[in-house]
Amino acid sequence: MVTTALTDLWFGFGVALEPHNLMWCFIGVLVGNMVGVLPGMGPLATISILLPLTFGIPPVGAILMLSGVFYGAQYGGAICSILLNLPCHPPHAVTCLDGFPLTKQGRGGAALGITVISSFVGASWGITEMIFLAPVLVTVALKFGPAEICSLMLLGLLAGSTLARGSPLKGVAMTVIGLIIGIVGSDIETGTPRFTFGIPNLFDGVEIVALALGLFGIAEFMKSVNQLSEVDTKYTKVTFKDLRPTKDELRRSWGAMFRGTIIGSLCALIPGTGPTIASFISYATEKKISKTPELFGTGMIEGVACPEASTHSSVQGDFIPTMSLGIPGDAVMALILGALMIQGIVPGPQLISEHPDIFWGLVASFWIGNIMLVVLNVPMIGLWVKLLAIPYKYLYPSALFFVCIGVYSTNNDMFQVGETIVIGLAGYLLLLLDFHPAPILLGFVLGPRFEENFRRAMLISRGDSLVFIDIRNHPISAFFIFLAVMLIVVQLYVRLRKPKALLPELEMNAKPNAIAPVEP
Amino acid sequence: MFQTLLRKRDFYAGGLMTLLGAGVTLDSSTYDRGSLTHMGPGMFPLMLGVVLTFIGVLIFGSALVTPLGEDEHILPRQKEWRGWFCIIAGPVLFIIFGHYFGMAPATFMCVFVSALGDRTSTFLGSVLLGLAITIPGCALFSLVLHLPFPIFRWGF
Repeated sequence: MVTTALTDLWFGFGVALEPHNLMWCFIGVLVGNMVGVLPGMGPLATISILLPLTFGIPPVGAILMLSGVFYGAQYGGAICSILLNLPCHPPHAVTCLDGFPLTKQGRGGAALGITVISSFVGASWGITEMIFLAPVLVTVALKFGPAEICSLMLLGLLAGSTLARGSPLKGVAMTVIGLIIGIVGSDIETGTPRFTFGIPNLFDGVEIVALALGLFGIAEFMKSVNQLSEVDTKYTKVTFKDLRPTKDELRRSWGAMFRGTIIGSLCALIPGTGPTIASFISYATEKKISKTPELFGTGMIEGVACPEASTHSSVQGDFIPTMSLGIPGDAVMALILGALMIQGIVPGPQLISEHPDIFWGLVASFWIGNIMLVVLNVPMIGLWVKLLAIPYKYLYPSALFFVCIGVYSTNNDMFQVGETIVIGLAGYLLLLLDFHPAPILLGFVLGPRFEENFRRAMLISRGDSLVFIDIRNHPISAFFIFLAVMLIVVQLYVRLRKPKALLPELEMNAKPNAIAPVEP
Repeated sequence: MFQTLLRKRDFYAGGLMTLLGAGVTLDSSTYDRGSLTHMGPGMFPLMLGVVLTFIGVLIFGSALVTPLGEDEHILPRQKEWRGWFCIIAGPVLFIIFGHYFGMAPATFMCVFVSALGDRTSTFLGSVLLGLAITIPGCALFSLVLHLPFPIFRWGF
């Protein structure tokens, strides 16, 4: 087992070190790190913008680059949180709590240094987890029939929509909307056009790029325009030399790093609990077991090391269900899966055996990419810090251009641009009504496969809808449904006991400086 | 009672979802539903429509039982009409100018107009930003990536 994994990994390094793939990986992490630093731009918008550009390059390169943006952005996001107290990237919101006080004490550089170390430790663990766990999951998943796949998707969708931000009920509503948008177009079996309103351009379905850019591009810009305050660059003079933490700081961080890594890797395995939840839980844990919990929030280096390690271990671990089962845990993973599907690759348990170059190349590129990020972040910290000062008023118009041209290039058709505008307006309306549109993408990507497997399962069972909970013949499917029911029951129980969110205190602490409106 | 309800965000959120769900349910009943064994194209949308309607009603119901929150405005406190208008106008102009005049004018109008949406931006600053994006942008997409979209054209 171990030897096969290592030989496969060796093969993966061979793929990832090909000059072309190395270049795409580098572009990915560079762009990711950049947008991570820029306040007001997120990995979701960036991956959607880059998605149409990857149509022309081979699938391996495309996936390496898009994934690089995702984990690269996590490195950049930490800089933004620690030096500016701006949690523009949700996973790093907790890092602000202790990171910014450290900056005020003049130890911001050391906090960044610790961040880089814990990120690397966390990521390495996440990658190792992926190497050994993904093949095991695959051997189990290859035995799944349509009923099992269907139940698993249901579980994934429910977890993805109820465990993420905001009200679970609204999350489920968004997932269902995503599933409905996924239906638009011709039916796979009969070719009947559904929900197309007679528009021929919609017969092929809604374009994933248009959907993603509408929701995470246009809608987000409408939300943030004039809302981001001018950043305060008082504390942002950090040079290479400042990054070195003291011996004492290092010693205190090791334990926190280790615990954060473990929490992150566990969170990654539960769909829906991505890096954000991992970082919140690990910070809370660290505070609880600390001998001096009252000092948290005043600049404890543990409070930086722990959430950062867990974020990165969870970010890498997030790829496990996505690549081995074809079930994305959050919107970013849904986009990456969408990119694979555009390249004509069917996601699912057969992916590793059918396209070993993609899977093992990706795993190897994670390591290469993380090393690149350490190299990018340590000596070039001064450059990233300068990027912090780019105002939003230059960013969003430029991004809008990339949105338009990117959507246009998917089909060389202006219709898609119009589609994006409509989706963007609808997305902003949803944001105003306190919906979080990320699960829409999850439902959209899984929708067609969900329907297909559902129909197939019902055909095999001759119309018996109890097939999904048939313990004798489909124990695995029944188990997934049981988990899904438990998920709902537990959430209802928690809601009824405590009406507010699970971590109200942390959220309250992390919010105030989030996006301060500009005073007119 | 009814007055308070009208101010709640979830009242509208639930209402919107219920309406959407009902619309999907009605529309999907025009497709062939088939049987449970051989499902037609209408079955899955019908199920989703019913589920969405149900969730909409639940959100609506939660608006009835929860007290009025502090921040129940649907539009944010600061109405950014100018920003919203410019951000939508940018891509719209991109479509129009792209269709009739080509990539470069479309890009310029898109960036220029949407840049005007920021309250602190100036006319000159937006023009400069527009030019700064248009020139490298068109070079990248037209010359490097060979997008079949002429830089200039006269499309009437």
